[in-house]
Amino acid sequence: MVYDSATAVETDTIIRTENTSIYYGDFKAVSGVNLDIYRNKVTAFIGPSGCGKSTVLRCFNRTNDLIPGCRVEGRVTFHGEDLYSKDIDPVQVRRRIGMVFQKPNPFPKSVYDNIAYGARINRYPGNMDELVERSLRRASLWDDVKDKLQASGLSLSGGQQQRLCIARAIAVEPEVVLMDEPCSALDPISTLKIEELMNDLKQLYTIIIVTHNMQQATRVADYTAFYNAQEAKGGKMGYLVEVLPTDELFNNPKEQSTKDYVTGRFG
Amino acid sequence: MTQASQDSSSDAMLEKLKTKPGSTKELFNKFMTGLTAFFTVAILIPLVAVVFDVAREGVGQLGLNVFTERPPAPGLTGGGFGNAIVGTLITLGIASLIAIPIGVLAAIYLSEFGRGTKVAYGIRFAANVLTGVPAILAGLFSYSIVVINFGGFSAFAGGVALSVLMIPIVMRTTEEGLKLVPRGMRDASLAVGATQFQTIAKVVVPAALPTIATAVTLAVARAGGEAAPLLFTALNNNFWSFDPGRPIATLPVLIYFFSIIPYRPQQQLAWTAALVLLGIILIVSVTSRFLTRQKQF
Ligand SMILES: Nc1ncnc2c1ncn2[C@@H]1O[C@H](COP(=O)(O)OP(=O)(O)OP(=O)(O)O)[C@@H](O)[C@H]1O
Ligand SMILES: [Mg+2]
Repeated sequence: MVYDSATAVETDTIIRTENTSIYYGDFKAVSGVNLDIYRNKVTAFIGPSGCGKSTVLRCFNRTNDLIPGCRVEGRVTFHGEDLYSKDIDPVQVRRRIGMVFQKPNPFPKSVYDNIAYGARINRYPGNMDELVERSLRRASLWDDVKDKLQASGLSLSGGQQQRLCIARAIAVEPEVVLMDEPCSALDPISTLKIEELMNDLKQLYTIIIVTHNMQQATRVADYTAFYNAQEAKGGKMGYLVEVLPTDELFNNPKEQSTKDYVTGRFG
Repeated sequence: MTQASQDSSSDAMLEKLKTKPGSTKELFNKFMTGLTAFFTVAILIPLVAVVFDVAREGVGQLGLNVFTERPPAPGLTGGGFGNAIVGTLITLGIASLIAIPIGVLAAIYLSEFGRGTKVAYGIRFAANVLTGVPAILAGLFSYSIVVINFGGFSAFAGGVALSVLMIPIVMRTTEEGLKLVPRGMRDASLAVGATQFQTIAKVVVPAALPTIATAVTLAVARAGGEAAPLLFTALNNNFWSFDPGRPIATLPVLIYFFSIIPYRPQQQLAWTAALVLLGIILIVSVTSRFLTRQKQF
């Protein structure tokens, strides 16, 4: 990626893909992605359905490993380390690169245990009550649930559940939080809350968010990556069109297809 | 389209929405609803009849003595079947100790590791066949393996025979329960850095506990009522025994023997034993549900 030097100086790459292609069996779902993700920034992935946004996102914390037949080619590095080299433990990768899913998926446990789960797994040495409170506050859920920490996580509303999932993801103090359409099941108020949250969270974490809502991308993202798909054998093959600082991508994109997409004249 | 014609066509639309009592469609609908309701009630008849019959015949004899005393000699009255209650609990206990770990672990393999593999398909098929195998063959299996090779008839041999009946039930039902745990919960656990083992032990299995309880209850209910596999494994015993290495009395075997001998007191006792057996299975079912109930799910 080529950036103007002003941007390049103040940013610091945490994840980098080099000519990364991802396959499901023989089907090449995403082809040749070159992308830098900058520390403490929010990067948004936009693009039409099926162009591989989720696929690329999942390859950052090796969630794709769990899908039989899924294979990654090229390099994906995290702090310069090849994430797919043989001596990397995917469990440790996921510890440091957390994920929030499209559908809120709290465990059928209490609010408290939902947050404490990851910390217990990782033998957190500190005070658990403090950690739970801190994580819930960061996810701006504390005021909603401080009186019902023992209630089931499933008894919360959809928006609260999603914030609970965010709190659970950040309770293990990851460096990067991947969010796959985290607001698609939420009402506008909860969506706004989560967007505000992202602005706060990026002081501490690096955030990558997949979204179909372009306003959302302009509101939360520092950088936006536009993906597209083209016909190929076995189905549509996704590729990265371009990645730019968000206002540049929306107002002055380099590629015509980006322009068509962001102005709604697509397809 | 003019305003008038639009109105009349929407009138016709509204007319279509109304029910037409007496139309064939309507009658057929009513008839089918009635039919399904009738058969729903019909399947309750045998169940209610059996419970009612057993209770009516058995309750007269029910007293403390049936729990504390041994069976009377043929023709004599009084006595009880405390030794057979203990025997049933011991054989079922042994069978559960064998069947629950094997069944649950096998189910975990099938649902978590072996999804879609040929091995899993084969195991599932074998388990389905095993569920349909006559119970007496389970007895035969235990007879030829345990009785012949390890010191003759015993409560342990009876437990092994019953466990053969229980394993496929525990396994198949547990597997269904594990499969119902949403994929998202596994993903969420893995995403905070849990290993697959931690995910299974701390998220998947706890979420499936109610179904596992159902699995155990179904298996105990099935095995608890079987006399055939016990006849030539646990055999029978007229005395108290707590030794898994020796023959032992059990309720189904006692019911079987007492109901075919021509003495009235023994036949009465068989009814009471049947009632107690029903009670035991009910208690197992209620406790397992109580122990594994979710606060909120
Ligand atoms: N588990 C899977 N197995 C096989 N193919 C898959 C799998 N997941 C995704 N794909 C394929 O990979 C391609 C990209 O899918 P992906 O889910 O990454 O798209 P997306 O950009 O996230 O779409 P959306 O915006 O609808 O979420 C699609 O063609 C899809 O069919
Ligand atoms: Mg997606």
